[in-house]
Amino acid sequence: MAESSSISVGSAAAGATRTSSMKRFAQRRSTTAFLLCLPLILLVAVFVIYPAFYAIYLSMLNKKMTAFVGLGNFAFLLKRHTFQLVIFQSCLFAITAVVMKALLGFILAHLMHNIPSGNQKIWRGLLLVPWVIPLALSTLTWWWMFDPSYSAFNWVLNQFGLANVPWLGVGWIARLCTITVNIWFGTPFFMIMYLAALKSVPEQLYEAASIDGATARQKLVHVTLPMMRNIISITILFSLITTFADFDIVRILTSGGPQDMTHVFATYAFQVGIQSGDIPLGASDSLFMFPILACAAFFVLRGVTQRTKEIAA
Amino acid sequence: MAEVSCRKVVKEYDGGVQAVKGIDLDIADHEFVVLVGPSGCGKSTTLRMIAGLEEITSGEIWIGGDVVNDVPPRDRDIAMVFQNYALYPHMSVFDNMAFGLKLRKFPKEEIKRRVDEAARILDIGMLLERKPRAVSGGQRQRVAMGRAIVRNPKVFLFDEPLSNLDAKLRVQMRTEIKKVHQTVKTTTVYVTHDQIEAMTLADRVVVMNHGIIEQVGSPAEVYHHPTSRFVAGFIGSPAMNFLPCHIEEAGGGGLSVRVNSAIQVAIPAERTARYMPFKGKEMVFGIRPEHLTQRKEEDRPGFEPLDLLVDVVEPMGMETMVHFFVDGAPICARLDPATNAEPEKMLGLTADMNQMHIMEKDTGKVIY
Repeated sequence: MAESSSISVGSAAAGATRTSSMKRFAQRRSTTAFLLCLPLILLVAVFVIYPAFYAIYLSMLNKKMTAFVGLGNFAFLLKRHTFQLVIFQSCLFAITAVVMKALLGFILAHLMHNIPSGNQKIWRGLLLVPWVIPLALSTLTWWWMFDPSYSAFNWVLNQFGLANVPWLGVGWIARLCTITVNIWFGTPFFMIMYLAALKSVPEQLYEAASIDGATARQKLVHVTLPMMRNIISITILFSLITTFADFDIVRILTSGGPQDMTHVFATYAFQVGIQSGDIPLGASDSLFMFPILACAAFFVLRGVTQRTKEIAA
Repeated sequence: MAEVSCRKVVKEYDGGVQAVKGIDLDIADHEFVVLVGPSGCGKSTTLRMIAGLEEITSGEIWIGGDVVNDVPPRDRDIAMVFQNYALYPHMSVFDNMAFGLKLRKFPKEEIKRRVDEAARILDIGMLLERKPRAVSGGQRQRVAMGRAIVRNPKVFLFDEPLSNLDAKLRVQMRTEIKKVHQTVKTTTVYVTHDQIEAMTLADRVVVMNHGIIEQVGSPAEVYHHPTSRFVAGFIGSPAMNFLPCHIEEAGGGGLSVRVNSAIQVAIPAERTARYMPFKGKEMVFGIRPEHLTQRKEEDRPGFEPLDLLVDVVEPMGMETMVHFFVDGAPICARLDPATNAEPEKMLGLTADMNQMHIMEKDTGKVIY
């Protein structure tokens, strides 16, 4: 009797300990933090991590998706002339467009920064229009303007007695056209980011530089650019990622033509994966972007962290 | 080194707000002049106009014998220390100090020599490789001063340079600034709202209010002989006591200050002629807290008795501030720490009427 009562007391005590440790676990700040983050973790897992790993898995299968071929698809792609063109065009497209967007965005941000604040809102709104119109729609407008027979551009050329230009029909011109549309679409994003960065540079640094003897150009080089370096780096990285992954512009304007000269990774992946029915090859094509962007992200973010540590007051 | 002059300088902002209303000021070579006044009095605007950071609406500014109205800041050969230091956060302390010299294409050896010399004067030699964020507030202040010193400019401009420092460091840096000026002797214009800084640093103090200069003079002049009620009240801490009063005739052909039915103090005989024209008029009586002392038995000429009800006693260690109210006006006396003053009890005081001031009620002009 005495034994059984001691056992029951012991189990009750163990139960109480378990309950209190569960309670402590639930009340811990890290547990609360994890639970609050859980919806986001689930979203990332379902929509980012799972598709990424599934794409890696797909890229290692044969066309019928019945056999594992390892890195065979990647080796096959690298040997194809069309894919070499895709790598070249993707790099040309992304680098030229990002450099031009950064440059134009910087100039526009400076112009905007010097407009009195009342009028600035109107101009800022107008210049943001390309960025807020759905890209597929605005690209259709561009496609119409590039039309060889009835386009606005050729009409203007004709007015000056010049011959029609086959904007989207000749390789290099078509490449330039796709890049131009991407620049038109992406510049407002750079402008707004740089404008925010410009506004955050303390006015007294410019005043100090003026007194130190700096000209406008020297202020730009020695004050503005160093103070904006982090924003410039992050904006360029972000834009590099989205421009490398661009699909709409090329798909709508040229569908990769003429002679596959305007294909970028995404449109080529769509062509081989969806249109030609070789999903593993399409998956391996789209995965080519990953190491390039991962390297860029690593170096850019390392520089940003270093500079933030150095200058954050 | 150079003299600085302002001639009828006006600064009007959009919307017609006049920050500076036609000031005239001459600053001699090697002089240390402090512009002092409350917020919004136009002192910083004046300094920024001398620096060339603000355009002048009208008038002329001269530096070193030349009109500089249309000369950009970089060609005025001035150096400025800002309130928040304005150090370039991406440059090391050395580069911050050397920046102005690099832009002016000085040889590398000369830049190094000048920066090392300034670092030696300011005792920041060990910080030269660090970034501004890695040094303390006081050290940043020294770097900002170093940046000014290395240029060896005609004029130093200081815009409330000690406002961001704690009280102890402020006192220390005040001495440093004075020492630097004694060493380099560059003409200096210093802006502050702190009248103690103004009194301790300046060769001459310029007291500004509402965009005009109220008074220019040595620290002793503005303290002992203020020309207006504003200056009398602004310079000195605790501030001068002010009481509305009437000047009345006292026995024997003398005059007295009548504050209310209970308080009447005699005016020293040598001042009778000065105040006679104001007999019977409403005036303002001003006396500094240190000129109200606890009454002792001795009877000295010009020291008049005054009995007041104590409100608050503030022992400060080296002195004790005792506060009273007279007809709703606050009065402060700076007494010996051995005082037996107690709240809610009457205290016998002596007013040193040799140091008193009488001001016109409407204009605030001090009668001399």
